[in-house]
Amino acid sequence: MLNLITDPNLQWILLGSMLLGISTGVVGTFAYLRKQSLIGDTLAHAALPGICIAFMLTEVKSVGLFMIGAIVAGMIATVGISWITRYSRIKQDAAMGIVLSVFFGLGIVLLTQIQHSSYGNQSGLDKFLFGQAASMTAKDVYTMTSVAVVLIVVCALLFKEFKLISFDPGYARGLGFSVATLEQLLLWLVTIAVVVGIQAVGVVLVAALLITPAVSARYWTDRLGVMTVLSGLFGALSGAIGTWVSAGTAQLPTGPLSVLTATAVFVASVLFGPQRGVIAKLVRRRTAKRDWAAENAKQSGAGVGASAKERGVSA
Amino acid sequence: MAANKSGIAPLTVTNMTVAYQKKPVVRNVSFEVTEGELIGIIGPNGAGKSTLIKAILGLQPSLSGETLVYGKPYKTQRKLVGYVPQRESVDWDFPTNALDVVMMGRYGQLGLFRRPGAKEKAIGMECLAKVGMADFAGRQISQLSGGQQQRVFLARALAQDATLYFMDEPFAGVDAATEKAIIQLLNELKRQGKTVLVVHHDLATVEQYFDSVMLLNGELVAYGPTSSTFTEEMLQKAYGGRLTFLKSHANAEDEPVLIAGRG
Amino acid sequence: MSGFWIMLTGALVASCCGILGCFLILRRMALVGDAISHSVLPGIVIAFLVSGSRDSFFMLFGAAILGFLTVFLIQLFQQSGVQNDASIGVVFTSLFAAGVLLVSLNAQHVDLDLDCVLYGEIAYVQWNTLVLGGVDLGPKAVWLLGITLFIIVVLITLFYKQFKLCAFDPALAAAIGIPVALFHYVLMGLVSMATVSSFESVGAILVVGLLIVPPATAYLLTDRLGAMIGLSLVIGVISSVGGYYAAAALDASIAGCMVCVAGVMFVLAFLFSPSHGFVVRKLRQRVSAAREAY
Repeated sequence: MLNLITDPNLQWILLGSMLLGISTGVVGTFAYLRKQSLIGDTLAHAALPGICIAFMLTEVKSVGLFMIGAIVAGMIATVGISWITRYSRIKQDAAMGIVLSVFFGLGIVLLTQIQHSSYGNQSGLDKFLFGQAASMTAKDVYTMTSVAVVLIVVCALLFKEFKLISFDPGYARGLGFSVATLEQLLLWLVTIAVVVGIQAVGVVLVAALLITPAVSARYWTDRLGVMTVLSGLFGALSGAIGTWVSAGTAQLPTGPLSVLTATAVFVASVLFGPQRGVIAKLVRRRTAKRDWAAENAKQSGAGVGASAKERGVSA
Repeated sequence: MAANKSGIAPLTVTNMTVAYQKKPVVRNVSFEVTEGELIGIIGPNGAGKSTLIKAILGLQPSLSGETLVYGKPYKTQRKLVGYVPQRESVDWDFPTNALDVVMMGRYGQLGLFRRPGAKEKAIGMECLAKVGMADFAGRQISQLSGGQQQRVFLARALAQDATLYFMDEPFAGVDAATEKAIIQLLNELKRQGKTVLVVHHDLATVEQYFDSVMLLNGELVAYGPTSSTFTEEMLQKAYGGRLTFLKSHANAEDEPVLIAGRG
Repeated sequence: MSGFWIMLTGALVASCCGILGCFLILRRMALVGDAISHSVLPGIVIAFLVSGSRDSFFMLFGAAILGFLTVFLIQLFQQSGVQNDASIGVVFTSLFAAGVLLVSLNAQHVDLDLDCVLYGEIAYVQWNTLVLGGVDLGPKAVWLLGITLFIIVVLITLFYKQFKLCAFDPALAAAIGIPVALFHYVLMGLVSMATVSSFESVGAILVVGLLIVPPATAYLLTDRLGAMIGLSLVIGVISSVGGYYAAAALDASIAGCMVCVAGVMFVLAFLFSPSHGFVVRKLRQRVSAAREAY
């Protein structure tokens, strides 16, 4: 707790995690509404061949190059998903599954090629895959800040367009928007967010940064604007708490802690959300039943009770 | 069938109430259906027409209410009941052809392990022929037009060989040929002494198609023979001030309540 | 001989996955396999911590429990109104995060290779054999997968029409009295079984690949469910055999190559399928456009 204020390195990590949380939360809102929640998982896996090829081409272990490779691979993957869903009868979930597994399979093949040939030590690669927020440096945070700002600004500028293509792409086309371009742009924003996120929490968990805050936010509001802001806030909160708990204990990694924090927020939202929450629904159902019984009793005396009893006997 | 001659009403619904949210969508609906009739269920959007059918079939939990089919609880009488869901409720890209979909109607009768065979195939072809779709038996279902898909669904309901049918908007978005085929089929079913409840949207054709109408607006507004029930006064009661508006844009209005229920 | 066992294991995984994958794709739950294969991690770790041994029986048991828990949680959240895919994503990431935390908390006791859990190593299949009464009965993985495949085939054959109707039109299935929820859980239970018995030998990603890619390829080639399942089996087996030889030629990961071969076949079907292929449809459009012009 104390070291949070004094340790400058920790402040960087905290800032980085929060910025990451905000940007993935904001972008994730649109992915969720477009029923592409698992796009994060897909793109994170699809990044592997890109990273491998970047390494094979340059033989340099540089985070910047890896990110470029990952982003290029991710963009190709998004094009692949769009193509499969547009030009065949395969649905989105299967298209994502195909791209995920085939790209990752290809990545593994390339990885074994790297291991078996003379490229030397490739350990930097798996660090990139499993993520390590704790070793984030000031430079990484600069990258994250700029990426986060870009993502948020683009989302803010294109808010009404993204809203329209998330809600009713057919109508958007009718209004003269280039839906395909906008969809692709949105997917690329997601790709960038995912690739930055991989660095912090790793391939598997980055999916959570996109989905969990967005789903949680959906439980508190019916307005897209509010939802986007809330989702960003939840993301930042998860990142901050994850970093804070992780800093207090020696062995706990930041990524999984952030994800579990986000999950806790999610469970709380599912339970306590004012309109859609489970408890709210149960209460509503119970009051409806009670009101109904009361109304019936008023109207027809003991009629309802009697018929219920009859049913019990006949059954 | 024994139940046919017994004189017991094919369907008795008592105190059916369904609520998605706080306010019941279907309130305290009770009615008894006369055998061998075509019954139109009519009402404004959001009146709970589809919901009522789903609740009767146990596809939608109800707050209260009881369904008797030929005097016995619905759960024990499933084989007597046929159901035609709305066309959009299934994925038409499913890898199967028209005949196969019609044969699905026999699955209930086949029991746990038996698989459809030559007999089911024959029944399927016969039912397809009845809706004028025999030539399309081997066609992949996504390559059928909307009206043809609807006819396949009707053929499937026929294959169920039920005595009581529920149809959820079979006339929605179909071509004139299909509409004609459907109405011929309904009359054929009626001749066989079967009872059919149809959720219907088009007020202009009600008098022509149905023996009885049920006017629904959350509550049961009126139920009885078309001639005495389908009157200006009763319609005013069911549709309220929206009647004139509805007559010109029958399908323009959204159905928010039902969409929430499906999701 | 080693090649034979590897190809047989691959083919068995492909068969289990190929059958189940068809139903997953048609029910739009393609990524459930991905979820299960990741979320078994905490189960394996807990089994390891409790039993203190790396015996594969305990690990399988732990993994199986977590597999079922995953399926149950996904369904639970879905019923409380969370979108299907979002529910899958939230559940598996949370469980995986919990698994990673468990590993880090017990870092000094746990000597588990995370990569191996995720990527598996099909090349080692032959060394882990089942020995009963001194007789070597062949690789354990082959037995395990063989039994799994048998159960899958028996259940799917017996209840084919129920599974089919539940996938096509759950409302009608429910209306004629088929217990839709029960069949859902049986299907998910089978997917969970197939995933758990596969991941140890071939790794999570190959399982996911074989669950989705061959059925999707088959889906582009036929319009009958039965034929789709058959084709998906054939494509899966070709992928595992082809993948093995490709890997031998390239000196690369066998599992990775198997998925890649499946991917290549998918691309071919996507482009050239006689009924649904991209190229074929474009050609047909061009022909009909030309005809109209005259």
